[in-house]
Amino acid sequence: MRELRYREAIREAMIEEMERDPSVFLMGEEVGHYQGAYKVSEGLLSRFGDRRVVDTPIAEAGFAGIGIGAAMTGLRPIIEFMTWNFSFVAFDQIISSAAKVAQMSGGRVPCPIVFRGPNGAAKQVASQHSHSVDPFYTNIPGVWIAMPATPRDAKGLLKAAIRENNPVLFLEGETLYNVKGEVPDEGVDEVIPFGKARIAREGDGCTIVAWGRPYYIAMEAAEILAKDHGLQCEIVDPRTLRPLDVESMVQSVKKTNRCVVVHEHWPYGGPGAEIVDQIQKNAFDWLDAPIERVAALDVPMPYASNLETLVLPTVERVVEAVKKVAYL
Amino acid sequence: MASGIDELRQQYRKMLEIRRFEEEAARAYAMGKIGGFLHLYIGQEAIAVGTASALIKGDYVFQTYRDHGIAIALGMTANAGMAELFGKDTGCSRGLGGSMHFFDPDNGFYGGWGIVGGHVALAAGAAFKSKYSNDGHVTVCFFGEGATNIGGFHEGLSLAGLWKLPIVFICENNQYAMGTPMSRTTPLEDLTLKAQGYGMHGDRFEGHDVAVVKDRVKMAVDRARRGEGPTFIEIQTYRFRGHSMSDPAKYRSRQELEERKKKDPCAVARQRLADAGVKEAELLAIEGEIDDLIAACVKHADEAPPATEEAMWDSVYVPTSAVPADRLPRGVVRAQDAGSEDGDA
Repeated sequence: MRELRYREAIREAMIEEMERDPSVFLMGEEVGHYQGAYKVSEGLLSRFGDRRVVDTPIAEAGFAGIGIGAAMTGLRPIIEFMTWNFSFVAFDQIISSAAKVAQMSGGRVPCPIVFRGPNGAAKQVASQHSHSVDPFYTNIPGVWIAMPATPRDAKGLLKAAIRENNPVLFLEGETLYNVKGEVPDEGVDEVIPFGKARIAREGDGCTIVAWGRPYYIAMEAAEILAKDHGLQCEIVDPRTLRPLDVESMVQSVKKTNRCVVVHEHWPYGGPGAEIVDQIQKNAFDWLDAPIERVAALDVPMPYASNLETLVLPTVERVVEAVKKVAYL
Repeated sequence: MASGIDELRQQYRKMLEIRRFEEEAARAYAMGKIGGFLHLYIGQEAIAVGTASALIKGDYVFQTYRDHGIAIALGMTANAGMAELFGKDTGCSRGLGGSMHFFDPDNGFYGGWGIVGGHVALAAGAAFKSKYSNDGHVTVCFFGEGATNIGGFHEGLSLAGLWKLPIVFICENNQYAMGTPMSRTTPLEDLTLKAQGYGMHGDRFEGHDVAVVKDRVKMAVDRARRGEGPTFIEIQTYRFRGHSMSDPAKYRSRQELEERKKKDPCAVARQRLADAGVKEAELLAIEGEIDDLIAACVKHADEAPPATEEAMWDSVYVPTSAVPADRLPRGVVRAQDAGSEDGDA
């Protein structure tokens, strides 16, 4: 094992898969000459040339559509959205084209495409640039959704995504690109399957389900709860939201009898609500308390730093939620 | 000219197949055997058939929801088309797509798209694939004049022009975007003026003569195949029916329609054949064969098994390599080349 930053892990996955398969190419705004708005694609242009690392004009609907058409006819595009906030102008391409073409063609036209880019709030970029898009896209049958928290998961899941024959929406953490973590050594071809949660921390006191950036908040909260209250939390990171590993979450709750779900998206619906529904349905008799959710507040993201902090899930809110379900 | 007449004979047969197919579809719709939206192509057949004649095997074609004509022109069987309209398992999309979503990739037909302007960039994507792979193929993308005002049209043409993709954009200008005449939606009369803005060639002509359509489209297709970039073609045409079956087309006059019907592409081709010496008896024989073919496809569609729940679930995702066997959602299967199941990481 070695340490890599999250952005480096994603870059490695793209390099390895592009070297492995000549039909894989990267397309998006500033991915080539500029070396990536977040430097994820740094060095790829000089390595693969402008045939396979394609800079686009600012036209998300256009290049998302081009990627889908290319995927339908035999290529394996990786389409980078500079951020997922800009995917909304390409929403129709994702929901009406990518997610539908297999079904509309009676299963005859596949669409092996990866849409990737940073998701969620950054720091004081205000309401239009701070969306956590997972609830919008998880509702759509026909796509898979991955939302890795760690460099290792980012690399292994992206490799699986690029090899997959169905559309994959790959939601990276805008504030996670600098996070360091263990990643298998060079030459180790670790492909992480979709639909398999990672038990990041074992415990019998309370299950915390968290993905993306809130995973780190949950981990921090778990340490505080252990130290201050002797309560050992079990942290389950589903890693992919479609398919969703209900089994692992239910198994954990059957052990801990309590559950808190932490997510950065708004509280109305979304994977957060879906997980609560699945757990109440599949582990009702094991629950000792109603499931709690820690979510973003139900407002557009404000610019002011003090308010932004208030809106996003915090360690304190997770600690409070766990104490509530544990009756502490 | 014998080969020209042979080709025209084939084209007439195909146009007539489309015409009769849609007339029967309209009848079946009125009887409640076909549901949803049904957008007829009657009056525009020369464009589909002329364009199909200008293409080679392996070229790609994308169309709007008014898609029966081009699908049949490219080689889809009337059986597969009619069964799809009837919502049957033997339909081209297993009864899951319906009228608006015909697909026939074996014949180069990549849909059948229902969002105006949405498929323009997809077609550019197929052309991108041809350029990327240097496979020598060309893509044709059809749309109506109503689509030329939406963003998807602009972004698709803009990128195709920028990257000089091997694609021909064909605007079938049938004068009405649903019920709105072009004069009320677009400040231009000549839509090919837009071509210059996208750095591509433009061409503009009337679309009732299948031979003209073939020749002019072929010029653009050849240019694309030579790597000289895309062309935007505006073909003047007219649909004899309403926008869809629910549209009585009250926004246009009887007189206008009758005037346009004088340029019925099927009648024009028939007259051309007769003028070239093809005997009336032979024309009647062709028409009889097409009548039989269409009657048979209606019978097939009537008797075919209904669309299945199995197809409904199975087609949401194609076989997957990413999801292991113990986590497959309903209907999803593992890809055969995906190997044994991966362990947890």
